[in-house]
Amino acid sequence: MVAAKQNRSDLFPYLLLSPALLITILVIFYPILRTFTYSFMQYILWKPGEIRFIGLGNYQKALQDPVFWISFKNTLIWIVGVISLQLSLGFGTALLLNQNFFWRGIARSLVLIPWVTPSVITALMWRWMYDGNRGIINDLLVRLGILSSYFPWLASDKTALYAIILALMWQGFPFFAIMILAGLQAIPDTLYEAAEVDGASTWQKFTRITLPMLVPVLFTSLMLRIIWVANSLDIIYIMTGGGPGYATHTLPVYSYIRAYKGMDFGYASTIAVVLTLLVTLFVAMYLRRVLRMEDRGGV
Amino acid sequence: MSKRKGKRRGRRRILTLHLPLLLIVCFALAPYLWTFITSLTPEEDLYLSEFRYFPANPTGTNYVRLFSRIDYGRNILDSLIVASCTMLLGLCITVPASYSFSRFRFKGRTALLAQFLVINMFPVVLLLVPLFILMRILGLMDTHLSLIIAYSTFTIPFSTWMLTGFFNAIPRELDEAAQIDGCNRFTTLLRVVLPVALPGISATGIYVFITAWNEFIYAAILTGSNVRTIPIALQNMIGEFKIAWGLLTAGGVVSAVPVIVLFFFIQRQLIHGMTAGAVKG
Repeated sequence: MVAAKQNRSDLFPYLLLSPALLITILVIFYPILRTFTYSFMQYILWKPGEIRFIGLGNYQKALQDPVFWISFKNTLIWIVGVISLQLSLGFGTALLLNQNFFWRGIARSLVLIPWVTPSVITALMWRWMYDGNRGIINDLLVRLGILSSYFPWLASDKTALYAIILALMWQGFPFFAIMILAGLQAIPDTLYEAAEVDGASTWQKFTRITLPMLVPVLFTSLMLRIIWVANSLDIIYIMTGGGPGYATHTLPVYSYIRAYKGMDFGYASTIAVVLTLLVTLFVAMYLRRVLRMEDRGGV
Repeated sequence: MSKRKGKRRGRRRILTLHLPLLLIVCFALAPYLWTFITSLTPEEDLYLSEFRYFPANPTGTNYVRLFSRIDYGRNILDSLIVASCTMLLGLCITVPASYSFSRFRFKGRTALLAQFLVINMFPVVLLLVPLFILMRILGLMDTHLSLIIAYSTFTIPFSTWMLTGFFNAIPRELDEAAQIDGCNRFTTLLRVVLPVALPGISATGIYVFITAWNEFIYAAILTGSNVRTIPIALQNMIGEFKIAWGLLTAGGVVSAVPVIVLFFFIQRQLIHGMTAGAVKG
């Protein structure tokens, strides 16, 4: 084994790692540190004379800021809505794709297309389909008699967030489908054969074998997806810009708008830090699992 | 099994398998189909009082206008420059790093590996402000380089993990054999391991290319008039009061098709790399 021969103080592995580490420190760790310090500062780009340290000022401001709480609530609705829809449709798709039939290969490839679709394109396509004047969704609903007239899905504060949730379900369900399909294929056939000998029904086989065997995959993909969805920003921003009003403000959107439109870097950093702390919980759970697997030589 | 029983089973499978899956496939493709049809419709026809599912006289004018009127060719060039440089820079840096993670056990290895995983999960908004200020200080605003640097914040951690997985899959006996044959440690990596890892490396590289090609948030804040990648050009078309949907959908099709084609080349490798970690253990 190469590893066994190797001397613990050997510098060669560090040498190979150094460019990656150096860049990471410069463009990731140092900026993150800066964001933390900015979050304790009043820092508005066009008021350079008033940049100063204000302690927890921005955090206190957030607690009393109604828009912050709207964004917080929307973030939770967003995560729960998107994840549950993506997971259910993805699970169903995986169960269908796990069977043997002649067009399975092509079906699997086609189902993946939404997942590779750029966020900007996803946002544009759905915005066009939801359009209040010429949207095909309105046309179909009116034709089916579900709606009496066209409805501006993205311009109404009652429906905008849910309309975007549906668009993100479209883009993300293939991820769950592929992960769960891989999990299904890893379950040994002998388990099902044994259950059949014992006279188990299809439902029993599903709840007693399939579900328990899928727990690791479900856990990993749920964590990854929750983190990704909580952080996602571009689709919402392009579809509604956070509006109408604050109806589609989530924490990343609010932070981005404060930084980009308001040039209020201090407060934007505070919101980003709060979001990061929320996400960290899921990151920690995910990390524990992955590192345990890596130790066993997996990954 | 009797023939009749098999037939009944086949009929049942239409309801429990073929039909639902066909619906899901249609759901996955419908937005593209509608976008493509719209892109073939002359702009005036989009506002006829009667709703048409297919234009009376489909045309390519939207595509022609895309390149003649709004200089989409330059946007494509900007995107190509940024995405290829991000890919090359990323691979040059992460191939040695991942090889090191895969082949050596050294002090701090787990912690270092973990940090590459963690930084990939931080929200973009956490890095946006300081990177913006950094680019201003360095005088890099509105250049290709600013985006290449910004994109390495997510491509380096991602590629390091993917590539470590691919290297792990290559047996170590290969390295040992190379060293017995007189390779030193650099030539082992360059001449023996790299060629074997090439499929995984190209899949990772292409995936990095795709993400850079698609990126919107950094591009919106770090570039503007001089450098304008495709996502920004498309977003700018929305900005105006009335949206030219014919032009916009044509731009969307031109931008998405290469991505989908590239993805089909690397599909197997990528899915393997993605799912391997989740399934085991």
